[in-house]
Amino acid sequence: MTRRPGGAQEQVSRLLSLLPYLLSHPNTRLADVAEIFRVSEQQILRDLNVLWFSGLPGLAMGDYIEVDMESAEGEGVINVSNADYLARPLRLGTDEALALVVALRTLAAMPGTYDRGAVDRAAAKLERAAGAAAERAAAVRVEVDGDAVADVAATVRRALDEKRRLHLSYWVPGRDERTERDVDPMRLALADGRLYLEGWCRRAESVRLFRLDRVAAISVLDVAAQVPPQARSRDLGAGIFQPSPDDELVTLELGPAGRWVADYYPCETVEEIGERELRIRLRVADPRWVRRLALRLGGTGRITDPPELVAAAVADARAALEAYEGTASAASAGSDVRSQPMAGG
Amino acid sequence: MPTQAKSERLMNLVICLLVSRTYVPKARIRQIVGGYGDQADEAFERMFERDKEELRELGIPIETGSNDPYGDEEPGYRIKRQDFELPEIRLEPDEAAVIGLAARVWQHASLAEATSRAVLKLRAAGVETDTGALAAVEPRVAVEEPAFWPLWEAVRDRRPVAFDHRKQPGDATLRRHIQPWSVLSWHGRWYVVGYDVDRGAPRLFRLSRIVGDVVTTGDAGAYDVPSAREIRDAADALAPPRQTNLARIRVRRDSGYGLRRRAAAEQRAADEWDMLTVPFADGGVLADEVAGYGADAVLLEPEDVRKRVVARLRSVIGESA
Repeated sequence: MTRRPGGAQEQVSRLLSLLPYLLSHPNTRLADVAEIFRVSEQQILRDLNVLWFSGLPGLAMGDYIEVDMESAEGEGVINVSNADYLARPLRLGTDEALALVVALRTLAAMPGTYDRGAVDRAAAKLERAAGAAAERAAAVRVEVDGDAVADVAATVRRALDEKRRLHLSYWVPGRDERTERDVDPMRLALADGRLYLEGWCRRAESVRLFRLDRVAAISVLDVAAQVPPQARSRDLGAGIFQPSPDDELVTLELGPAGRWVADYYPCETVEEIGERELRIRLRVADPRWVRRLALRLGGTGRITDPPELVAAAVADARAALEAYEGTASAASAGSDVRSQPMAGG
Repeated sequence: MPTQAKSERLMNLVICLLVSRTYVPKARIRQIVGGYGDQADEAFERMFERDKEELRELGIPIETGSNDPYGDEEPGYRIKRQDFELPEIRLEPDEAAVIGLAARVWQHASLAEATSRAVLKLRAAGVETDTGALAAVEPRVAVEEPAFWPLWEAVRDRRPVAFDHRKQPGDATLRRHIQPWSVLSWHGRWYVVGYDVDRGAPRLFRLSRIVGDVVTTGDAGAYDVPSAREIRDAADALAPPRQTNLARIRVRRDSGYGLRRRAAAEQRAADEWDMLTVPFADGGVLADEVAGYGADAVLLEPEDVRKRVVARLRSVIGESA
């Protein structure tokens, strides 16, 4: 449904909610109504003007909706009456019901974050009120890996509610490190189908995002959280992975089987070279990450610039091969387990 | 002020049809609803048709019928109150709070608008959606793929569609004809699952790989949607495969955390090493992962996967496997 902004259809849509709202909230302040309905005070006054000329068929004396325009324009206080036949809003439209029910089900898939009972009860009541409009709600799903991190999420939520500091044991995959840090929690966010803690990391002395499924251990400390005033939440709309212009620019060449890299990580440039091959350039904050990527890619892609990193990746591979040579006899001496099925698997 | 006049006319039309217990004939509407009376016949007809259409688009159920089915009276219009009004809904404060929060979930213009309108209706019905207590929680579901909205509508209305799709980036596009069952998001990426008419089987398509427009190829309600279970099975390709094999991997102490956190068993081995037993589904995927750890992880068994790790490492130094 697309409504021309500022048109009569959009105005009537709003009026059918505004009128019952005003009837059930006498002496409402104009400024509050404008905020709730997310339009200007001028627009609300124009809306009231439409109501003022509306009423029962025939529009004889006593049929008009009563609007105290003087008080609305003067003191900014709204009173509307004589419209009991529009005391209830219009039922939910299909898109409205679907969008809200799917959003609620998404919240329900984040255990620990919310009171699951409240989400389920709200969804049930909403579906009942929406009737047929909500019937297709199951056809849209947002999968969240919520169950595995329910305990971590609940701990974060408690720290947020009690405004206390957290201690995390956190795995950084790019560096293959498990780090210990104290974090003053700022918020719990769902982005790209995963749960994150955003907080002031006292080790890094800056705002950091922590993916909950990478938290190895978490505890609420008996210390009040102190988020410094300069801490700013990140705009998650711009993506979780935000390379900095100060990061090193690395060039990789990818074969057909390595093209997924261009799809997976944000690249500065992507160019087609030769037969289904790509040359990409990306910003890398930690060179260890891209060295590991080079090992993973094996023959399906390689670093071509800067030269230090090309050399480092080759050295990494040599060191790894030596480790394999050292264990070769041990493995071949042992029983050769070829993809042995797990018992009961 | 043309908008003002039209809004008044539409409001008065809604009220007229809502308060009447019987069907109101068109001629009568023309007399009693302000704004129609001064129009010429043809102009009135056009105006009334458009007004009805715009109100129906808002979800207002305008019925057509006759008070006397056997008479030859001109058909009339009415709005049945029980179809028009939002039914009674009473929410506890905690329920209302999560609904307020749900309204912030969608990062998509049309859906965000739809949820805002829904919440305004609930507020107009007396529900106070104060989300103050949940301010520190931000659940966002982003939708950037242009194919999302037409597919949402297709799924909603059970309407068949066609689109061009690329299996992998760089591949040529293929025209697909689908009866969409469901749209779903997995780790921030949107997919559509449905019956592929050309292949005669259920298929899953990533929305970001749809090129160009999604066009509808049939009427609403043109097909039946299978059970939720069948849809789930069709979408199963997204879920991680079942890990029915076991690998033994020697990992340097204080490293290999990605392997450690899903290890079935972890034992101290000699010196600086731990021995992990790691379940896996696909040997190639595991070989990629273990190769990434370089000298910090050595896969001992099974032998075929071990060979694949060694082959990857050899390619990095320029030796053929």
